[in-house]
Amino acid sequence: MTNTEIHDFLQNAIDENSVMLFMKGTPQQPACGFSARTSACLNALGVRYAALDILPDPRIREELSTISNWPTIPQLFIGGELVGGCDIVTEMYESGELGDKLGVEQPEEDPEPETPQPQAPPIGLENKLE
Amino acid sequence: MPSPEELRERIEAALPGAQVNVQDLTGGGDHFRAEVESDRFAGLSRIDQHKLVYDVFGADVGGPIHALSIKTSTPSGGT
Repeated sequence: MTNTEIHDFLQNAIDENSVMLFMKGTPQQPACGFSARTSACLNALGVRYAALDILPDPRIREELSTISNWPTIPQLFIGGELVGGCDIVTEMYESGELGDKLGVEQPEEDPEPETPQPQAPPIGLENKLE
Repeated sequence: MPSPEELRERIEAALPGAQVNVQDLTGGGDHFRAEVESDRFAGLSRIDQHKLVYDVFGADVGGPIHALSIKTSTPSGGT
C-alpha cells in the first residue's frame, strides 16, 4: 500500500464514520494510557464509534498527522472534524460537552476502561497494508 | 533529554507573557504535562490553543518528548 493509498483510506474513514477514533491498540486492548482514557470516555457515553489502531504501520501515523495537523495519538474526529486528543476529550467529557456534541446523556460515574462498549466493525486497514 | 524547565522556557519564549507550569509526569524526561495561561488563547478553539503549544516543539513531540499533555486557559478564566 502506498502512502497516498493510506492517506486516502484515512480520509475516507474520517468522512464515513461520524465518530472516528485513531488510537494505539484497540478499544478492547488499548496499547497506551492516553488511548485507553479517550476510548473510555466514548465507552462511558455508550456511543457507537469506529476505531483504528495506528500501530501496525508507522506510515498510518505520518499520514494521519498530515491530515489533522496534530502531532499526537489518540485523535478523535466527530463529523469529519478533529475534536482533539486525550486532554481535550477528557475535559469535554468531564464538562458534559462531549455528550452534548454526540447527542447523548452524560452518565454519573467516571469512565472505566473496562466498560463494555458497542462497537462498529473493525475498519480493516491491517488487511490492506501489504 | 528535555527538562521541564527547558519546556517551560521554550513555551514562554514563544508565547510572551504566558504563565507556564511544566511537570515531568514520570521523572523519565519524556512524558510531560504543561499548564499554560496566555491571553493569546482568547477567542481560539481548544484545538487551536493546543496547537499553539504543540507548535512550539515541532517534531520534538513524538520524538524526544514522547507525550505532552496540555491544559490551556486564558487569564480571565475559561478555555
